[in-house]
Amino acid sequence: MGEEEGVHQTQLLDTMFVRGLKRKCFDGEEDVEGTLAGIKAIPSYNLQRQSLLDMSLVKLQLCHMLVEPNLCRSVLIANTVRQIQEEMTQDGTWQMISTQSTGQTSLDRLVSTDILCRSSREQAEGKHVPGYGTLSKDFEGDEGQDSSETMSTASSVQAPRNLQGNVWEMENPQENKGNFQKSLDQIFETLENKSPNSVEDLFSEVDNSYYDLDTMLTGMMSNTKMGHCDGLETFSSPTNTASNSNCKSDLNELDHIVEILVES
Amino acid sequence: MQASPHCPANVPQPSSEEVTSGADIISTVEFNHTGELLATGDKGGRVVIFQREPESKNEPYNQGEYNVYSTFQSHEPEFDYLKSLEIEEKINKIKWLPQQNAAHSLLSTNDKTIKLWKITERDKRPEGYNLKDEEGKLKDLSTVTSLQVPVLKPMDLMVEVTPRRIFANGHTYHVNSISVNSDCETYMSADDLRINLWHLAITDRSFNIVDIKPANMEDLTEVITASEFHPHHCNLFVYSSSKGSLRLCDMRASALCDKHSKLYEEPEDPSNRSFFSEIISSVSDVKFSHSGRYMLTRDYLTVKVWDLNMETKPVETYQVHDYLRSKLCSLYENDCIFDKFECAWNGSDSVIMTGAYNNFFRMFDRNTKRDVTLEASRESSKPRAILKPRRVCVGGKRRKDDISVDSLDFTKKILHTAWHPTENIIAIAATNNLYIFQDKVNSEMH
Repeated sequence: MGEEEGVHQTQLLDTMFVRGLKRKCFDGEEDVEGTLAGIKAIPSYNLQRQSLLDMSLVKLQLCHMLVEPNLCRSVLIANTVRQIQEEMTQDGTWQMISTQSTGQTSLDRLVSTDILCRSSREQAEGKHVPGYGTLSKDFEGDEGQDSSETMSTASSVQAPRNLQGNVWEMENPQENKGNFQKSLDQIFETLENKSPNSVEDLFSEVDNSYYDLDTMLTGMMSNTKMGHCDGLETFSSPTNTASNSNCKSDLNELDHIVEILVES
Repeated sequence: MQASPHCPANVPQPSSEEVTSGADIISTVEFNHTGELLATGDKGGRVVIFQREPESKNEPYNQGEYNVYSTFQSHEPEFDYLKSLEIEEKINKIKWLPQQNAAHSLLSTNDKTIKLWKITERDKRPEGYNLKDEEGKLKDLSTVTSLQVPVLKPMDLMVEVTPRRIFANGHTYHVNSISVNSDCETYMSADDLRINLWHLAITDRSFNIVDIKPANMEDLTEVITASEFHPHHCNLFVYSSSKGSLRLCDMRASALCDKHSKLYEEPEDPSNRSFFSEIISSVSDVKFSHSGRYMLTRDYLTVKVWDLNMETKPVETYQVHDYLRSKLCSLYENDCIFDKFECAWNGSDSVIMTGAYNNFFRMFDRNTKRDVTLEASRESSKPRAILKPRRVCVGGKRRKDDISVDSLDFTKKILHTAWHPTENIIAIAATNNLYIFQDKVNSEMH
C-alpha cells in the first residue's frame, strides 16, 4: 500500500490528535513535537475519561437519529457511559468544574459554558467561578478549580419525558427526538441527581445558538481533547488527580439535549 | 500452513470497474455442503451463486474455477408502517440446506424476514406436442394428421430460482444469524434479544427458544450477537453475547432455553483493562468445528478456540491484530471498534481464518502454531499469482513492503470469509469484490 494512499487514512487517526501538535504516541514510538516551549502535554486521565464520555454521548445521540439504530452498538456505548459514570462517582469527580482550556478551541463554547457555570453557581451557592482566562497548555498543572457544586447531567430527566416505550425501540422516526430523550433518560437515570435546583436555573440560561449539533460535533471532533484518548488505554486504574478537574464539555452535550427538548 | 496459495480466479463483480455503489457491498459468503456452489449476498438484497467448473484433465490450470451460476433478487427494501421505519434489504446471512434431491435450497435473511429458495436446473425441454405448435399456440386441429410422442431435447442450461417459503413476522429486532439443524427439518434464527426455532415447512408459526429481553428495557446491557446449531447433535446450539460469553443450550432441557447448559467465559485480564474492554470482548461470530468438539469465536482483537468440555477459558487464543490495542480510542471514535468480523474453520479443523483491515486476512495453523497475513486486492494479486505474505510493523525495524499501523486503511475491511468444506479453497469478500483463492499444493493430494 503506497504512502500516498496511507496518508489519508492516517488523517482518520489524526483527528484524534491535537491540531497543530504532534502528540506523544503512548507506545513510545513518536516524539512530541511542536508543543509550546517544548512542554510535554500529556493529558490527564480525567481529561481523557471526560472526552470519552463526551464522545459516547454524541454517539448515542447520533445513533438514535438513524432510522434503524444498531442495538448492539447502542448497548455497548451505553455500557461504556455507565462505566465511566460509575468510576467518576467513585472518584468523586462527578462534579461540575470550571472551564478549562484545551487548546485552540472556539472561545464561543467556552463563553457559553462559563455563563452556564456562573449562572448556576451564583444562583445556587454564590461561589466564585474562575474565568476561563486560565488558559494553560499544561494540563497537569491546572489550578483545579474544584467546585463543590455538582452538576448532574441527570437534569435532563426533569425535562419533559416520554414515559412510553423505552430507549431501545424506535417507535417512530417522528419520535426520534423523543427517543433521544428517552435514551438520555435511560442513561441519566443511572447517574446520580445531585443538584436539581441549579439545573432549572441552568436551563434558563442556555444560549441555543451555540448548541447546533454541527457546531458541537465540529467542536468535538476537532477538540484537542480527542487526542487524549490514546492515552486512556495506558491507564489501568484511575489516578487520583486532585488538581485536575475537567471542563464540563458534557455540559455542552447537556445543552444540546436541552435544545432538543425545548424544540420538541 | 501450506505453501502460498495460488489464485486461479479472481472473480470481480460486474460493477467492480465503476465507482463502488453501496448496493454491491457483499454482506455474506457461504459455500454449500459439497463446495460445488458458493453463494454471496449483498447490501442490495441480491444473491449471486457461483458454481465450480468440473476439473478437466485437458486444461489442468482451469480446474475448479468458480463462475456465475445464478443471480436473483432475494429481498426488497420494505417499509414498516407501524414503526415508520425502513427495513433494509441487505442480506445478513445465507445458509444452504443439505441437498436432498436434484434441486439446491438455501435460506437467506435480511433484518426481519427469512426466505427459503429452491434452485433448479432445466436443460431439456419437450418438443413435438400434438396440440401446440413450436411457439405454444394451439394448432388448428384440421391440420393434425398424425400423432407423435413428444421427445425431450437438450436446451441451454437454465437455472430457475423460486421462493418456496417466506418466514416473516418472527422478529422484532434485527436477525443476525440463521442456522440449519442437523435434523434437516428445523432451523433457528437469532436476533439481538431472541432466538426462534422454525420448521422448514411451516411459515406461520415459530417457537421462541431463547429470550433475553429484560422486563424493563432500561436494564438492557447484553445482546445476542451470533448463534449456531451443533453440527451433529440436533438438540444443542450455542449463542454468543456482546459481553463475550458463550452459552450452550440443550433443547431437551426445556422449551425455553433461557437457562444455559454451559456458560463459556474467560475472566478478564486485569492488566489489559480499559473502558473498551467490554466492547472488544463482544463476540462477533461463533462457529462449531466440523468435528463438533470445538467452537471458534471472534472478538475484536482475537480468535479463540473453545473446547466444549471446558467452560473456564478457551484452549487457544490467537491475536489477529494486537497492534490495534493502542488505537482503540480512535477506532471507537470512527466506529470501527464495532465492526463484526467472521471466522472460519478449514475442512479438517486444523486451520482457522478471519479477516482484518486493509483487505488483510489472517490464517492460523493450530498444529504448527504458525500464522500468515495475506491481502485480497487486485493490485497485489493477479490471476494465478502466488499470494505474498504481508506484515504490519508496529515501529522498530521496518522491512521493505511492511505496512505501518498508521497506514492501514480502515475502510477496507474483510468481514466475511468462507472456507470450502473439504478443500483448501477460500472465498474472501472485500467490500464489493469477491476473491477466491485455491491452494494448488494441496489440491494435488486429492
